[in-house]
Amino acid sequence: MDIDLLLNSFPKLIVASIITLKLLSASLVIGLFIGLFFAILRVNNNLVLGKFAYGYSYIFRGTPLLVQIFIIYYGFGQVEFIRDSIFWVILKEPYWCAIIAFALNTGAYTSEILRSAFQTINPGLIEAGKSLGINNKIIFYKIQIPIAIRQSLPAYGNEIILMLKGTSLASTVTLMDLTGVAKYIISTTFKPIEVFVVAGSIYLFITFIIHNLIKFFEKKYSFE
Amino acid sequence: MELIAFGKTGWGDELLIATLMTLAVSVTAMIIGFIFALIFTPLKLSKNKLLNIIANFYTTVIRGVPELLVIYLFFFGGSGAIMYVASIFGYNEYIEINAFLTGAFSIGIISGAYSTEVFRGALQSIDKGQFEASNVLGFNKLIRFYKIILPQMLRLAIPNLSNVWQITLKDTSLISVTGLVEIMRQSYIAAGSTRDPLFFYTLAAVLYLMLTFLSMKLINKMEIKYSKGFNGY
Repeated sequence: MDIDLLLNSFPKLIVASIITLKLLSASLVIGLFIGLFFAILRVNNNLVLGKFAYGYSYIFRGTPLLVQIFIIYYGFGQVEFIRDSIFWVILKEPYWCAIIAFALNTGAYTSEILRSAFQTINPGLIEAGKSLGINNKIIFYKIQIPIAIRQSLPAYGNEIILMLKGTSLASTVTLMDLTGVAKYIISTTFKPIEVFVVAGSIYLFITFIIHNLIKFFEKKYSFE
Repeated sequence: MELIAFGKTGWGDELLIATLMTLAVSVTAMIIGFIFALIFTPLKLSKNKLLNIIANFYTTVIRGVPELLVIYLFFFGGSGAIMYVASIFGYNEYIEINAFLTGAFSIGIISGAYSTEVFRGALQSIDKGQFEASNVLGFNKLIRFYKIILPQMLRLAIPNLSNVWQITLKDTSLISVTGLVEIMRQSYIAAGSTRDPLFFYTLAAVLYLMLTFLSMKLINKMEIKYSKGFNGY
């Protein structure tokens, strides 16, 4: 164990973990909206839209995140009309490409989590709302969504942790996130164990915080 | 179409071999994972506190740390560690472990952590009466495990193991950073030399989708086989 290296790499890795957290929060927020959108399409009675949403989630859950990032970062840059369009401002930045890929990926998983939450809501609650004369929109926003969120919290907590680990792939498109910097230090010092211990502990610490936050919200929004 | 032709002009045969390589790494990693699960599941369920802590440390750390970091640890640290062990036995030459073994081992450790959790869950949900009944009938421990507990465990574990398989299959794409020529690495090479990344990475995605689709079909069949007498099968 090289204690000096442990102490030296710690501040560098802490700074790098800010990028990791930024990537994580941006993709989670965007992904939540994407997930909610596709979950609504899934529980909708329209068959075509439902199939479309199913296809989306099937493709994004069936392929590795690495392929998705590479298609967006390397693949889209090759298409001329994308380079000429206004989207190029965003798509030429590896940072935004990573966020788009992460958001689409977590969106697919989130849509599955929310869909199963919507489908397990007791129909009696919706019927009760109807018999009280509440209109459908308000039933959806005030009854179905809050219950679905509560139902899906444990699974969504897992998804956040999976996404945290997923952000490490940003290092493959030249971003210097926690894993990127860790790899850089490893390849310059050839001391993988020390760096792994520091970077791994930072990841575990973030995981620990997320885990407890989710537990807190679960308690706060529990029915009892 | 020319791009995926077989032979010297296209990338068809290279990609086919790469797909087989992905499959080979995934299966090897899954088997290594099972070995780890077989070691750590009893530790998790044991009454010894220390053994519990060791097993929990393994599953928590591996499931909380990014796969890529674990791969880097073994990629950069693997040959060093083996050389250190070899030097104790007096062998001081440079040893290089090949990319296949490094990759399969690091993905195997990851998939082992997930498999451990699956096995633990399955074992814990087997009715206690099954253990007691086989004791009463005088089966020895080995037969009890293979003929009574394992078949029931598999029925409960297969749906979750199919998730572990999917995760393992997708994780193998990360081994491409070590230079092992699997689907991702081959697409990277092809994309680099033809300057057509969109086509090749989309093709890679299709290949992965095919693998996940076909393996799901296979697993569903296994699920039906092991569910005989349950849920109307």
